[in-house]
Amino acid sequence: MVSMYQFIGLIPLFPLIGFLINGLLGSKIKSEKIIGSISVLAVSLSFLVSTFIFFEMINLPTEERLKIVTLFSWINVGSINVDISYQIDQLSILMTLIITGVGSLIHIYATGYMHGDSGYWRFFAYLNLFIFTMLNLVLADNFLLMFLGWEGVGLCSYLLIGFWYDRDFENSTTSVAAKKAFIVNRIGDFGFLIAMFLIVQEFGSLQFLSVFSQASVIPSGDKILTAITLLLFLGATGKSAQIPLFVWLPDAMAGPTPVSALIHAATMVTAGVYLLARSSTMFILAPITMDVVAVIGICTAVFAGTIALVQNDIKKILAYSTLSQLGFMFLACGVGAFSVGVFHLMTHAFFKALLFLGAGAIIHSLHHEQNIQKMGGLKKYLPKTAATFFIAAFAISGIPPLSGFFSKDEILWKAFSSGSIWLWLFGIIGACLTAFYIFRLVTLVFNGEERFDEDLHPKEVPSAMTIPLIILAVLSAIGGLIGIPHFLGGSNKFEEFLEPIFKRANYQLPIAHDEIFMEYLLMSISVALAVGGILFARHLYLKDNSIAEKISKKYNYGYKLLFNKYFVDEFYDKVVVNPIKNFSDSVLWKKLDVKIIDEFINASGRITEYLSSLFVKIQTGVTDTYVLIFVMGVVLILLRMII
Amino acid sequence: MALEQIIFWSLILVAGFSAIMVVVSRSPITSALYLILNLFCLGGFYLTLNAQFIAIVHIIVYAGAIMVLFLFVIMLLNLGDESKLRERIDWKTYISISISVAFFVELYYILMIQTPIPVTKLHVNSAEVGTVEYLGKVLYTQFIFPFELTSILLIAAIIGAIILAKKKFTI
Amino acid sequence: MIPIQYYLLFAGFLFSVGLVGVLIRRNAIVVFMCIEIMLNSVNLTFVTFSAYLGDATGQIVVFFVMTVAAAEAAVGLAIIISLFRNKQTLNINEINLLKW
Repeated sequence: MVSMYQFIGLIPLFPLIGFLINGLLGSKIKSEKIIGSISVLAVSLSFLVSTFIFFEMINLPTEERLKIVTLFSWINVGSINVDISYQIDQLSILMTLIITGVGSLIHIYATGYMHGDSGYWRFFAYLNLFIFTMLNLVLADNFLLMFLGWEGVGLCSYLLIGFWYDRDFENSTTSVAAKKAFIVNRIGDFGFLIAMFLIVQEFGSLQFLSVFSQASVIPSGDKILTAITLLLFLGATGKSAQIPLFVWLPDAMAGPTPVSALIHAATMVTAGVYLLARSSTMFILAPITMDVVAVIGICTAVFAGTIALVQNDIKKILAYSTLSQLGFMFLACGVGAFSVGVFHLMTHAFFKALLFLGAGAIIHSLHHEQNIQKMGGLKKYLPKTAATFFIAAFAISGIPPLSGFFSKDEILWKAFSSGSIWLWLFGIIGACLTAFYIFRLVTLVFNGEERFDEDLHPKEVPSAMTIPLIILAVLSAIGGLIGIPHFLGGSNKFEEFLEPIFKRANYQLPIAHDEIFMEYLLMSISVALAVGGILFARHLYLKDNSIAEKISKKYNYGYKLLFNKYFVDEFYDKVVVNPIKNFSDSVLWKKLDVKIIDEFINASGRITEYLSSLFVKIQTGVTDTYVLIFVMGVVLILLRMII
Repeated sequence: MALEQIIFWSLILVAGFSAIMVVVSRSPITSALYLILNLFCLGGFYLTLNAQFIAIVHIIVYAGAIMVLFLFVIMLLNLGDESKLRERIDWKTYISISISVAFFVELYYILMIQTPIPVTKLHVNSAEVGTVEYLGKVLYTQFIFPFELTSILLIAAIIGAIILAKKKFTI
Repeated sequence: MIPIQYYLLFAGFLFSVGLVGVLIRRNAIVVFMCIEIMLNSVNLTFVTFSAYLGDATGQIVVFFVMTVAAAEAAVGLAIIISLFRNKQTLNINEINLLKW
């Protein structure tokens, strides 16, 4: 039987072809239909191939599922060999399925959303390029190829955030937001790079399998391993927008909404979690790093959750919500429950993509109005969007039996059992905040009185946009069922499927006692808190905002603090950005560059000029002089031959 | 003195004189006519060396074709008026002459003093080598490729000459 | 019974005379003619060697040199014509564009 595994190269190939066609010929193709179909087809074909591979994989015995397919040799220098080769295993195929699956839905949605945009072909070319690089990131079998994808998604993110480069965004332009995303990401990439150098020095290879098998014999707490993992985690904080490098993600909302859904919710930002899950063998051996990861994760979860409470821009709220959910994923990784982190990654991809696409539908129907204070009562105009949005909101809040419930509850349980009570405590606070802000959003948008302009007549978006919403709603609803934990009578197929990947990592963990009573208790608490948050939000915002306004007046200082996002951007500007700018301006540019480097270059030019002004006089342009000099040379050579 | 030697020395005399006259005569037409004389003498040299075919070709090509071309150009450009182009004698002239003399002296030294044994006889085959038959055989077998290549060279020269002479070029 | 050196030396003499012409004359056509003298002096050495060594190669080379000389004369004279049209002179000292 022919194995589908050997066709792994097709998965990234299709989006690449789509990118090349749209990117090179897109401006010539006038029809939006053709451009859109090429793009959608490219991603769906990838999805099809990955589905085949997935089904082949689950029919194989567990020990035969891992396979490495080498396409060609890339770098071969000294003892370092880097190939373009793809590692097919449970984790990478799962990520591939998420990326291509959610990706194709978002592509379909975008064909409707971007209708009539002058940069239609450019948009789809970028989207396909993004899918291509993201697939390289998750399928790579070595750190360097992964880094290539890592940088590639950073580039695509930059291109897509600044897609509407002629539009204003929050007192500046979208290109400023794009640059911010790129530069902040660079800081994280720096960490990744240094980590790779250390890995090469320590293990002499960049291949995952070889590095991890060598790392697994190192005793726990090794200094170099701690350094490597901390640096890798720095890379992950950059890409996954964790404290302290989270500032770019809210600004990334300057891009078109499908981009926010695809890149800044469902796929790219999860790259950090994927990196941690992939290198779990190394992380588990560095307890300090694990603690850092858990703390950063929970801090981001709560911190972003509080900011989301008071924002008014619909996409901003969802952006901070993404930060918060990513924090939960890192919390799970930090306490050693990598498979749970990946589980939450998957369910989050479903419902957050749904939320963003729903938000896009709302914005689309209101002609680019993003302020939730100027919405309200949209339920009767956008029934399908509203229904799907409610499902996503319940899912993210963690209401059983929707997908978010299983993953989030599992994270909290692991935080409690393998981490500490404090992690759990802050975790449920974060979960409660999530429920509150998302229902504040939902209530203000869909219920209550209509606060939008009267001449706006919102109507349901075209079916190209609603169909992906419905599919994602179904996935958000039932997606969690593959990971029902044992104590609820499920078999936790998901964890079982991923088990071989985290075998080494799990081996190191203290085995959690399955205290069924405690599990039920904690679960009830978190569900109760989530329901409480929902009811509180409904109570505050359903009728009118008067109570909410009162509260915000009473705690004016705290409200301001939250509304201005803890002044983190201002703080960074003051402490990091401006000093660097000033230093570059006054010292590096005006002194070093102009006075020293430029002068050196000018001097070399001037010396050459002077010397040539001396020698140029030999060249008279009179031919007989040249001949004369030539013959003199001949005479001299003959003379030398005689003597 | 054998006939052979009489011919040789008289040829040298005429050829040397005509060559010098090419250089020193004022009018280009005089120079050209002396050059024709010089070329005939060279043809004579070739005959003394048993190179009959080359001698004939030489006369036809040089005296018949190239020199006619020269004379045509001179007359076309109407260069009779020599006052326009006065040749001056300055320090560069002396340097040039002395350098050329030095060159000749060096050649003399190499040929007459450094080379000890003079070869005085033509090769026994030389009469046969110079015939059309023999040269044709060699040219169309051993040297067929360069021979064919000269056709490209001539085509290029024809085209180049036409283009250069046809239009006005601004320099 | 003429030694080979006489021929060669006479060729050298012709070459030197041509050289002097190239160096001291300013009329481009005369310079050109002097170059022809130099070419012919070299031809003479080729034929001399061919005859004294009994090898046809020297004469074949002369054949090619003649071809080249013919081509060169055609192109060179065309250049001289177009030069004269543009600058109204044949003084090669005035044609000195090949410089800075």
